[in-house]
Amino acid sequence: MNLILFTFIVLLGFTSYYFGRKKAYTIQSTKKRLTALPQFYGYYLAIWCAIPAFIIFSLWAIFEPTIVKLLILSDYSNQGYLDDELNLLYEKSKALSRGQFTGEITPLIEASAEKYLSLRSIAQSSKVVIVLSAIIASVAYAYKRISSNSRTREPVEKFLNAVLFTASLAAILTTVGIVFSLIFQTIDFFKVIPLFDFVFGTHWYPAKAFVRDSSEALDPTMYSDTFGAVPIFAGTFFIAFIAMCVAIPIGLMSGIYLAEYASTKVRQYAKPLIEILAGIPTVVYGFFAALTVGPFLKELGTSMGLEVSAESALAAGGVMGIMIIPFISSLSDDVITSVPQSLRDGSYAMGATKSETIKRVIFPAALPGIVGSILLGVSRAIGETMIVVMASGLAANLTLNPLESTSTITAQIVVILIGDQAFGDPKTQAAFALGMSLFLVTLCLNIVALRVVKKYREKYE
Amino acid sequence: MNKNKEQLLNKRYKAEQRFRLYGLSAIFMALLFLTIFIFKIFSTGYSAFQKTWLIVPVTFDAELMMLDQNPSKEDLQDADYYDIALKSMADLDPNANEDQENELKRMVSYFFEKEIKNELLNDPNLIGKTKEVYLTASDDLDQVFKGNYPRDLPEDQRRVSDYQLKIFDQLVANGKVESKFNISFFTNADSREAELAGIASSFMGSIFSILVCLMIAFPVAVLAAIYLEEFAPKNRFTDFIEVNINNLAAVPSIVFGLLGLGVLLAIFHLPRSTPLVGGITLSLMTLPTIIIAARASLKAVPPSIREAALAMGASRMQTTMHHTVPLSMPGTLSGTIIGLAQALGETAPLILIGMVAFVNTIPGSPMDPAASLPVQIYIWAESAERGFVEKVSACIMVLLGFLIIMNLFAQIIRHKFEKKWS
Repeated sequence: MNLILFTFIVLLGFTSYYFGRKKAYTIQSTKKRLTALPQFYGYYLAIWCAIPAFIIFSLWAIFEPTIVKLLILSDYSNQGYLDDELNLLYEKSKALSRGQFTGEITPLIEASAEKYLSLRSIAQSSKVVIVLSAIIASVAYAYKRISSNSRTREPVEKFLNAVLFTASLAAILTTVGIVFSLIFQTIDFFKVIPLFDFVFGTHWYPAKAFVRDSSEALDPTMYSDTFGAVPIFAGTFFIAFIAMCVAIPIGLMSGIYLAEYASTKVRQYAKPLIEILAGIPTVVYGFFAALTVGPFLKELGTSMGLEVSAESALAAGGVMGIMIIPFISSLSDDVITSVPQSLRDGSYAMGATKSETIKRVIFPAALPGIVGSILLGVSRAIGETMIVVMASGLAANLTLNPLESTSTITAQIVVILIGDQAFGDPKTQAAFALGMSLFLVTLCLNIVALRVVKKYREKYE
Repeated sequence: MNKNKEQLLNKRYKAEQRFRLYGLSAIFMALLFLTIFIFKIFSTGYSAFQKTWLIVPVTFDAELMMLDQNPSKEDLQDADYYDIALKSMADLDPNANEDQENELKRMVSYFFEKEIKNELLNDPNLIGKTKEVYLTASDDLDQVFKGNYPRDLPEDQRRVSDYQLKIFDQLVANGKVESKFNISFFTNADSREAELAGIASSFMGSIFSILVCLMIAFPVAVLAAIYLEEFAPKNRFTDFIEVNINNLAAVPSIVFGLLGLGVLLAIFHLPRSTPLVGGITLSLMTLPTIIIAARASLKAVPPSIREAALAMGASRMQTTMHHTVPLSMPGTLSGTIIGLAQALGETAPLILIGMVAFVNTIPGSPMDPAASLPVQIYIWAESAERGFVEKVSACIMVLLGFLIIMNLFAQIIRHKFEKKWS
């Protein structure tokens, strides 16, 4: 039904465009000067056709279900039912009217389902009537304005400008959406678990929260030793540290080599080849770490008499480091290339060798940019999910031994939220609290890194 | 004194050489990782494109199938194939006892009676006759035939018994085992049985998600980029939008998954596990990438184009829509494709919105539950069966193939259609 109405409105839009343009030609034929190109007359009419339809459609979509629900439940609301029972009744009658109901059909449900159906059909037909009359009215108004040859290009362009502006708000809306989706659950979580316990507790064992019988009242003391996030935070930074130990030397040195030493030919091939590493999906790295690197390290450790877990932090961190190499190498390559040639020439003129120039002149000059690129790499390492989920442990150990297994923020979020979630459960909320801390940490890193890089760019441009 | 100087100079030159070597070895290491990586994936994955078949003589005995004389098409559909299927497997070893007959049955895939049924449906004249039928070997025997299975393990640690191996070796010696191209890997949906599992369902899930992502992210991102680059006044608010976009580009993908879960599923009640929700989540993630690419290519259009259009009396909107935007399209499109390639490889947000569900049907629309290729990799990688290891690698090969094609496409668009202004 909605689809038919929608197609009809689109067709109406096209027809009004056609009529608007035709009107412009008739005005032209009377030797009057047009205020805009003929197609703008058409656009003007089409926009006036689309806007009211769009507004009514969206309002309807927002308010129709609530109003229908109110009308149905108003019959029963003063008969002593609880709110939950009424909601259940509404959902049941809705399911029944769609033919998806499988439970026992009581006369009450049947009656309300019938009412639901009749209300829906009334709503549908009144929607059609209202939308069509609104379109007719607004198009008639617009047509009158066209006929009097008033301005059309300006309103059309203003409308387009508004559309463009709305689109640019999408980025803000996404950020707002992220914050909102995280903040409410996080606040609910901290109502049950004190912030102090979360930030300074050293035991992370969310599975305990599952054992609870849902009919029991929430007992906060029960969780006092369940949601201590210190092992998670420590594991996250530890794995990120290992990753950076791999990524910084290799990434930085290859960036320096590409920028300063490599011939154009080597550069032309080596650079895109290294960047392939950045394009490989992280789940593939995870598989590689879990299937190849983990067992390899374990075997190597056993042959040297060391106890190595198959899910060691070293395997996950090392593979993550490989993933981050291209980020650091290409960013530092860019940064080093943008150091002005005059600095190099000055250094060479003083008799410095190439490596001395790089170490003493170029590196200090490029340092802010390089630090920025490393910070971006760290933020990526902290937010990386699949490698950790697949290759590192899922139990949160507080350890600094790279051969043991640890867990990270991202891995815990996935562990908690995989499968079915119950909103309102402290365990689910814990995942959102972890997400919030992840978001905040990476946000700070990103802001600092972007600012440093930007400052640096301004210095030499 | 002079000697000292020379020594010093030599030392400096050596340091120079060492530094150069460090750089070279760093690049070498990075490329080595890439090579090991690709080699490992290909060496474990290529065998999944082959599938092992056992050629077993099957007697289509009308009595055992409970068929009357001159059965109709429906009778053939409803007939009982289990008994003849079982019998044909048991006939491989006439001396088999009951346990061994069971083991024989497990040498072929779980749905072997269906394969026999299809054979008869294709040729109803087979009733009462004996024909050699191709049956899918069980995934363990498949691995044995490909040489991936350690045969020297003690029997109780293997999933293949000595007896099964003995019969299998006899079949191999008689030329009754054949390896053919594994079509079902591309046409089957996911399955709990490794020998039947395919990527069709996750492939369709990926396609639908990417399409939804494209349909949302591309228009919004291009419009936003046009506004920010061509119309936005320089003020605090547009600065704020810009900071927002740059930050969003660096937010970890899993946070977008939480957004999808907390807003799309919990508040808007969109259907769980569907490519629709996955696509919307991915589109929010790719939005900043496309906006940044589109802005860069709008910026690259020289001002003279705009000035010429304005001088001819075009309005600013006309200048933008008729001249600047079309000229910037190649760059925007290649940025979009690269963004979509990123989205195609993304796993974590999709797991959070429930696209990890086991789906054994091929989704027909974005509203059906589905997995996606990277999630399929994750699901298979987590399952213990040996047969899935090569499937994971093969699935990775398919995914990497798509990513390479998309990136090449982006390159081609950029190089072929982008105007060089000089």
